[in-house]
Amino acid sequence: MTIDLILLISMTIAMIFAVIRSSLLLSAISLAFGSAILSVLMFRLSSPIAAVFELSVCVGLITVIFVSVIALTRTLSPEEEDQKKKERIRRFWLLPVLVIISAIVLYYVNFGINFQLPDVPQNLSLRNLMWDIRQTDMIGQVIILLTGVFAVAVLYKNGKKKNKE
Amino acid sequence: MNIDINQTFKLFVYFIPLLLVIGIYCIVATRNLIRTLIGIEILAKAITLLVILVGYITNNLALAQEMIITFIVVEVVLMVAAAGVVINIFNKTKSLDVRNIRELKG
Repeated sequence: MTIDLILLISMTIAMIFAVIRSSLLLSAISLAFGSAILSVLMFRLSSPIAAVFELSVCVGLITVIFVSVIALTRTLSPEEEDQKKKERIRRFWLLPVLVIISAIVLYYVNFGINFQLPDVPQNLSLRNLMWDIRQTDMIGQVIILLTGVFAVAVLYKNGKKKNKE
Repeated sequence: MNIDINQTFKLFVYFIPLLLVIGIYCIVATRNLIRTLIGIEILAKAITLLVILVGYITNNLALAQEMIITFIVVEVVLMVAAAGVVINIFNKTKSLDVRNIRELKG
């Protein structure tokens, strides 16, 4: 329980840093750190396959996507970034205060499980579930992946055309 | 109800609304397109944690993991498409400020 508490607090702090940091690159790295902690929490909640998926895809692939987009869209000079920092403090100072107030309010809310949980068949394995019972989800994932490939082909092709011009 | 599971539930469900608050605040307060995507990612992390927690307390982790894997696939495709849109907007307006995207054609 202590380890879980430390991990949850670390993840919350990492997400707050991801929002309030002025550098987008550090925000992306902070988000990746928070996702890695989430992966550890998923391991502790006996979900190793989803944790590995989260670690490889969300920490790895999505961070690479963010870093690529940040590298391709660099806009401000260092002087302009310093000027923007003061404006950012004005807009984002409220976030830690809001999180602390929410934490205090949530402390007085009773989150206990006061209802009867349904009985669940114990023999399901993830492989059995994915390939035999919920095949529609797999078809949906393939369709979404193909949609993503199409989106990449369209969106990034337009960027290349304009660069050639 | 197992006391240990009840305590685990109370501990985890305490932090999930905090992550939702952080994600929503990020989307509302920022003017940068990339930081908006970061806010969406934070919301996704909160929902992932909630689904796994519910799977844990109901002892239905197979279904919870399957849903999370599906959700992660959707999330990745969403991020890739959104990144492409952001890059195209930057190529057109030379800025990532949402206030510059006010010209609707059609």
